[in-house]
Amino acid sequence: MHIYANPARFLKLARPLTMWLGWSGAALIAFALFAGLFLSPKDYLQGDSVRIMYVHVPAAWLAMGGWTGIAVASLMQLIWRHPLANVAGRALAVPGALFTSICLVTGSLWGRPTWGTYWEWDGRMTSMLVLLFLYIGYIVLADADRERGGEGRITAIFGLIGAINIPIIKYSVEWWNTLHQGQSIGVTGSSIDASMVWPLLISALGFSLLFGAIVLMRMRAMLARQKIEARLRRMAA
Amino acid sequence: MNHWPFIIAAYALTLLGTAAVALWSWAAMRRAEAEAGALRRDA
Repeated sequence: MHIYANPARFLKLARPLTMWLGWSGAALIAFALFAGLFLSPKDYLQGDSVRIMYVHVPAAWLAMGGWTGIAVASLMQLIWRHPLANVAGRALAVPGALFTSICLVTGSLWGRPTWGTYWEWDGRMTSMLVLLFLYIGYIVLADADRERGGEGRITAIFGLIGAINIPIIKYSVEWWNTLHQGQSIGVTGSSIDASMVWPLLISALGFSLLFGAIVLMRMRAMLARQKIEARLRRMAA
Repeated sequence: MNHWPFIIAAYALTLLGTAAVALWSWAAMRRAEAEAGALRRDA
């Protein structure tokens, strides 16, 4: 990982990887959502509304994965001062906020036919809403820090403190017995039928690849902007 | 209750949001890399 902390080496890898991740992610998403809508069965209890799972669950995983990435980048920035760590953290924030919003909205749309309500102040939903506010705060703080010429240390500390919310989201369904269902899919097994799990995993893989492509595109844009600013400063001097 | 309007809204919002951010990021990257390239050629 230390090898790719060098922007030139990183760009050599990121350039071919961006399009590959983007197009393969888009193809997998298209197939998974088709399967989710037309090939997978309806749930015996929830009916057709279970199909929202194929967009809601990958969005929730990526929302939490995005902030975990920010926390790792923040740690790398604070300990090793990697030049790419701050760029990576900032690049993760916007797609992270996007997928947190998607998770909240699709969850709401799933909640209405299933629970009879769009919103409930339950542990899982409230902690996801807190995550969205953390993302917005991180984006605003990173922009302000960059404008005043900071090195992003404040943003990195914020990124690390915000990571406290990730285990709260994960264990919220166990700590508070409220409306949101418990964990039904984990590393070791799943309580969901196999006919519903495979489109879900393909959808999660597709959205993850596209998320990766978005992060790489944003990192490349930020590195190009840094180059422009550095060159303009040299020309002005 | 008919579930399909909720399903269609969830899928549409997901696809539109993801596509918008992906296209915005792609356009920003292309613009920044083109500007950086032009500046290097001019120098």
